[in-house]
Amino acid sequence: MAEVMRMQNITKIYPNGFVANKDITFAVGEHEIHALVGENGAGKTTLMKILFGMEAPQEGKIFINGKEEKIANPLDAIAKGVGMVHQHFMLVPSLTVAENVTLGAEPMKNGLFDFDGAVKATQEIADKYNFNVEALQKVRDLSVGQMQKVEILKALYKGARLLILDEPTAVLTPQETEELFEQLFKLRDSGVSIIFISHKLEEVMRICSKVTVLRHGRCMGSLDIEGLNEAAISKLMVGRDVVLKIDKEDPKPGKPVVEIKDLVKINSIGKNVLDGVDFTIHEGEVVGIAGVEGNGQTELSEVLAGLTGFTSGDVKLNGTSIKGKSVREIRDQGMAYIAEDRMVEGVAGDMSIKMNIVADRFTKPDFKKGLFMDAKKINDIADQYIKDFEILCDGREQPVRMLSGGNIQKVVVAREFTSGANFILACQPTRGIDVGTAEMIRKTIVRKSREEGTATLLISADLNEVLECSDRLLVMRKGKVVAAFPKANQVSEETLGEYMLGVKEMTQSEMEGLL
Amino acid sequence: MTIDWIAFIAEGIRMATPLVFAALAALICNRAGMFNMGVEGMILCSALGAVIFAHYGGSVWIGLLGGIIIGLATGMFIAFASLTGKADLYLTCIAFNLMATGGTVFVMYLLTGEKSTTSGAFRSYQIPVVDIPIIKDIPVLGRIISGQSLITYIAAAAVFFMWFFLKRTRIGLRIRAVGENPKAAESVGISVNKIGYISFAICGVLAGLSGAFMSMSWVTFFMKNMVNGRGYIGLSAQNMAKGEPVGSALASLLFGFTDALATTLQNQTNFPVEFLEMLPYLATIFAIIITSIIAINKRRRIEQGAAK
Repeated sequence: MAEVMRMQNITKIYPNGFVANKDITFAVGEHEIHALVGENGAGKTTLMKILFGMEAPQEGKIFINGKEEKIANPLDAIAKGVGMVHQHFMLVPSLTVAENVTLGAEPMKNGLFDFDGAVKATQEIADKYNFNVEALQKVRDLSVGQMQKVEILKALYKGARLLILDEPTAVLTPQETEELFEQLFKLRDSGVSIIFISHKLEEVMRICSKVTVLRHGRCMGSLDIEGLNEAAISKLMVGRDVVLKIDKEDPKPGKPVVEIKDLVKINSIGKNVLDGVDFTIHEGEVVGIAGVEGNGQTELSEVLAGLTGFTSGDVKLNGTSIKGKSVREIRDQGMAYIAEDRMVEGVAGDMSIKMNIVADRFTKPDFKKGLFMDAKKINDIADQYIKDFEILCDGREQPVRMLSGGNIQKVVVAREFTSGANFILACQPTRGIDVGTAEMIRKTIVRKSREEGTATLLISADLNEVLECSDRLLVMRKGKVVAAFPKANQVSEETLGEYMLGVKEMTQSEMEGLL
Repeated sequence: MTIDWIAFIAEGIRMATPLVFAALAALICNRAGMFNMGVEGMILCSALGAVIFAHYGGSVWIGLLGGIIIGLATGMFIAFASLTGKADLYLTCIAFNLMATGGTVFVMYLLTGEKSTTSGAFRSYQIPVVDIPIIKDIPVLGRIISGQSLITYIAAAAVFFMWFFLKRTRIGLRIRAVGENPKAAESVGISVNKIGYISFAICGVLAGLSGAFMSMSWVTFFMKNMVNGRGYIGLSAQNMAKGEPVGSALASLLFGFTDALATTLQNQTNFPVEFLEMLPYLATIFAIIITSIIAINKRRRIEQGAAK
């Protein structure tokens, strides 16, 4: 099989001395979906940035179709047939799909932008690969999954023969993921090679034919998927066996901490995003919520955290309603919140680690000295948590933005797990972070519920996570709780899928006593 | 006391002319992602430039061209400072506007020895008024639509030109893309700086036309601080219309009418002048508050309404 791309002995050392890539050799063949895996900070992103012309390596060569090439910038990469779909989409929301796809290489007619030509060209490629997007739709009206299709279309329109997908399934629902895989197979068969970056090993096992594992900036080898299993890849990635199972004793639920009564929220376009949600979380238990994303989980967490209001119903936290309360007041009532998007709501990226750690408590008398903040106490606490939570950093003054995703999340959990709250609202707590950190977060959630009697609501798109960590498990669909299970770890993924996708729905009486 | 309403409407359209240009000038920068407060100072400089060019060139057309050239030059100056020099756009614009207020008086003093107006020292030029055949004979409508300054008609055309430009040309598409998501535009090889300069150039031409109208049509001389916030009003007009050309023009028209109302009442009644002069600005504040309340209420109604 011919090689379409080879990166030979790539070494990249950042100006601060950090060795991101050390002597990595990585090749992708024709008709191949090649997985690139590794923990956060292992060097995957840097390696791909080099291939896409966003970073220049100190050493090493890049060959495309057997010919040595210098890739100066992303445009150069595109011209050489390399396309990249970033984790954060590069789209213009108010423009149509066709305009987004052709932007930068617009078809022209009589000196004017040929809109019809753009629509036609876009629709042609979309239809060819069964992409379910309308060229005339505005991007802002699309689902996240469709936006990703637009990104892939952009690359294909510009003639990409090698497609880099950076954690493409992190933002997708299970069905969208399925759909994407079908399309990737189709692309592969038509001669487009794909580099698939992912944390989800079962996906890698399913769709890739080869896998390259990076660890601490070094290549641990490129292997054929055939004959490998998840545990073997995982071992190469982290260098130890990751326990995918969490051992936990049965919960001893105490008094109710969070009581949600007939909660309704109508959003700005008039849709009932929460439609009569009704359940209780007790001391010492972890309640998990599974569901296809976009079925009210995000809205539920925003209401519970006090970020948005609700239309009717009530939520009581430790016996007092949170209606009309500010986030601060709700936190004082005993809530801790691991937000879904850590960069938006979890941390202030440009501020230091220590300030982010004390962000929820610096106004408390404990952290004050007269009119001023108690610098010594804040420093001590920050240093303590950096040690306890193993935050990899240059020190407590380092801006959070400079850290890797997993370490940023450690800063968030260091704050939230130590706030003294008896209710932890954890939304996608391990999304997009390395296996080691994810394991630490999951174990801490369970440990806190058992040892400290914390009530936890775990909302996650990662089914393994909700099944393993939760005690009781609820399924949300279309703003409602449609199923409830007393023991999460006894539910199979298949059963769960049926409720998530609306094949089955439990009646109120079936869920009686489980809410 | 009787008010001549037809004259009032004609005056409203006349007064709206510089505001329409100001709004379009602000609009093109806004669509490219830049909130250009410098429009105010650009118009002021152009107004003086028009008078100077006309005086030394001996022609109203050279004056008009001069206004446009000065508009363009000042636009390029701000663009250079903020795009190439990476200076903060807001601060640059505030500094530029202050500089324009003092600078225009300084240049006027150098050339004429006067500090408040050029009316004694420079010859007056007026951009011709156009009488449209047939329409001018229609009662009422004729007095409103016909007999306006040439620039007023250019303003009307500019609104539709702007709409077409943004919607149908490649540059227009790229301006919209850059304004909304510069990173996305950059990633497909569009130079954000280049688009910024193009937007500022168009903005400059429009500000130049606005300035030329002020000093060669509204009155026929330059006077100290004659723009008097019209650039800012244009900025709010296009903001209210969310960057849509036609909506911006309609909002400008509304402000033109309050301006005309102030002049009409001033001439025909004995309302306190200071109060009347406040009207256009008061109207701006109310218009901004009202549009924002409407938007909030609309959302709230949807969120609450379906609850029952």
